[in-house]
Amino acid sequence: MKTRFIRIATLLLALFSSVGAAIAAEPVKIEPIKIGALFSVTGPPSFLGEPERNTAQMVVDEINKTGGIKGRPLELVIYDTTGDPTKAVQLATKLIKDDKVVAIIGPSTTGETMAVKPVTEKEQIPLISCAAGSKITDPVNPWTFKTAQNDTLAVARIFEHLQKRKLDKVAILTASDGFGASGREQLKNQATKFGMTLTVDDTFGPKDTDMTAQLTKIRGSEAQAIICWGTNPGPAVVAKNARQLGIKLPLFMSHGVSSKKFIELAGEAAEGIILPSGQVIVADLLPAAAPQKKALMAYVQDYKKNFGVEGDHFGGHAWDAVMLLKKALEQGADTPAAIRDQLEKISGFAGIGGVFGFSAADHAGLTKDAFVLVEIRNKDWVLVD
Amino acid sequence: MDFSQQLSQYLLSGLATGAIYALIGLGFAIIYNSTGIINFAQGEFVMLGGMFGVYFYTIHQLPLVAALVLAVLCAAASGVMFERLAIRPLRRATPLGLVIITIGGSILVRGIAMLVWGKDTHALPTFSGDEPIALAGATLLPQHLWIFALTVLLIVVNKLFFQYTITGKALRACAVNQRAAGLVGIDVRRMVMFSFLLASGMGALAGIIVAPLTMTSYDVGIMLGLKGFCAAIIGGMSNGIGTVLGGLLLGVLEALGAGLISSGYKDAVTFVILLLILFLRPQGLFSSGESERV
Repeated sequence: MKTRFIRIATLLLALFSSVGAAIAAEPVKIEPIKIGALFSVTGPPSFLGEPERNTAQMVVDEINKTGGIKGRPLELVIYDTTGDPTKAVQLATKLIKDDKVVAIIGPSTTGETMAVKPVTEKEQIPLISCAAGSKITDPVNPWTFKTAQNDTLAVARIFEHLQKRKLDKVAILTASDGFGASGREQLKNQATKFGMTLTVDDTFGPKDTDMTAQLTKIRGSEAQAIICWGTNPGPAVVAKNARQLGIKLPLFMSHGVSSKKFIELAGEAAEGIILPSGQVIVADLLPAAAPQKKALMAYVQDYKKNFGVEGDHFGGHAWDAVMLLKKALEQGADTPAAIRDQLEKISGFAGIGGVFGFSAADHAGLTKDAFVLVEIRNKDWVLVD
Repeated sequence: MDFSQQLSQYLLSGLATGAIYALIGLGFAIIYNSTGIINFAQGEFVMLGGMFGVYFYTIHQLPLVAALVLAVLCAAASGVMFERLAIRPLRRATPLGLVIITIGGSILVRGIAMLVWGKDTHALPTFSGDEPIALAGATLLPQHLWIFALTVLLIVVNKLFFQYTITGKALRACAVNQRAAGLVGIDVRRMVMFSFLLASGMGALAGIIVAPLTMTSYDVGIMLGLKGFCAAIIGGMSNGIGTVLGGLLLGVLEALGAGLISSGYKDAVTFVILLLILFLRPQGLFSSGESERV
């Protein structure tokens, strides 16, 4: 027994000493630029956090492979918030105090971002959120930016389309989670502006498995169109149930389901559904002259090469955040204050989510052109104008 | 679209959902009756059924029927393993301890499923097409008929099994009094394991037949498990018709609540009923007292 212990101990020692030797053998290191990232890699919003983590790491690796920024490599410190605002705040403090990062990317959800915002503001560290809620940058907070498109813009896109088709009685069916609630608020706020009447305003639980009751109610109302706001799998159930009930009204979804996964889940029932989406899913359909085309194609192909699946717009939020940061670092010094100032000066930056142009009064940086309307036909996306 | 049509749609949708709750509830009842514990991991077997089904069907490209059979077998095997590894070593523990073990076990199973299969939601194809069937002003999918048929079949088989086979009678004996059952030569431990086998197999079957409609992912087990538990409570933990009626009632009330009041109250309906039953009629809605539970 004793000899065995000694043998194992020796082995371990040998192992560690060889690692030590490997480190010592490397040339003198140039001090890297430290960036923090908070993503909900696990937990309910993991569908956001996982592609964001993958993308951020992929982009940083690529930057480092091509010589870093001004000759200095980037070091990305990623923590998993599990979608919990309390944890997000603790980890943000850790990034700032222990890891001494110069800027933070994320968190993935609006709730977490709102919780982290006061911390980064107090510590004067720029925060580039990957969440969509419009209240993150409205009112503008000097230290907070965001890359995900506001749901305000998505709602405006749908309502404009309905106006064009002369439909003005709408039923809305929203998920009872943060994303759905925020969408519901925007739908209700903008309805009057676009001359829409909401005939039914109903909700569904994000984990519900049957929405026929709500849809039956809608079928019995005067609605001319249905708008459903949520993230998978709820909207796929809605689509299937609508088909089951033989509802022929045009069905609209949110950008929360603009991935191939939705088509896979809803199957036949996805046909004919129209939704606003970032341009990433239709990258190959865009005209060659479109400003975002180059960035989009590069991102989609890189992601496919590295992770075997096509990149989605969630990962795109992280791509934009890292690239914006890179641009800011190239333009100025690597202090938090300099990064903040440079971020605010960025304009005409064609990323994944859209063409960004920040200013002192606008830290969301996108216009409604960031969204395109797509229709699902033959299990694929088709642009709707 | 008049009101009676709406109503019949609510009723039919409710019955379809309720049938699923009934199947899951039966699993709760079977284990409760032979071991005296409430197995909160029951929902996870429902999830395992669906996920194994997806795994065999989409990843191994097996024909649907083969995938389904294999999925039920695998989930039932997991049920037996669960009993072996988590319940049997602790037979001397208090019922409360065992209940907590099942909660812990359910978290473990969910975690493993998440690591192995990822966090995505998956769908199975429907068994026989997607064309809606009109019925009394309401519409159903062929898949709903499968659900009804399988539920009825399972209840009948269940009943025959518990009434007429030696194993079934032995299980009932354990339900009445474990110690006495042991004294007359019934291997109680084996019966406990057997009840886990039955319950997980039935749960898995429920998980598979709903997967085409509701989709499945590593975390569907929590809510379905809770609903099944409510069904069993309404039925007074009987592993017969009581739990089935409990499940159907629950499904219909949920659909009516969502359709006529507000969908926000859908889950609230379930839990209010659960609390009312526990306060007012803890022996269940359909049983007259502390008599038999089979």
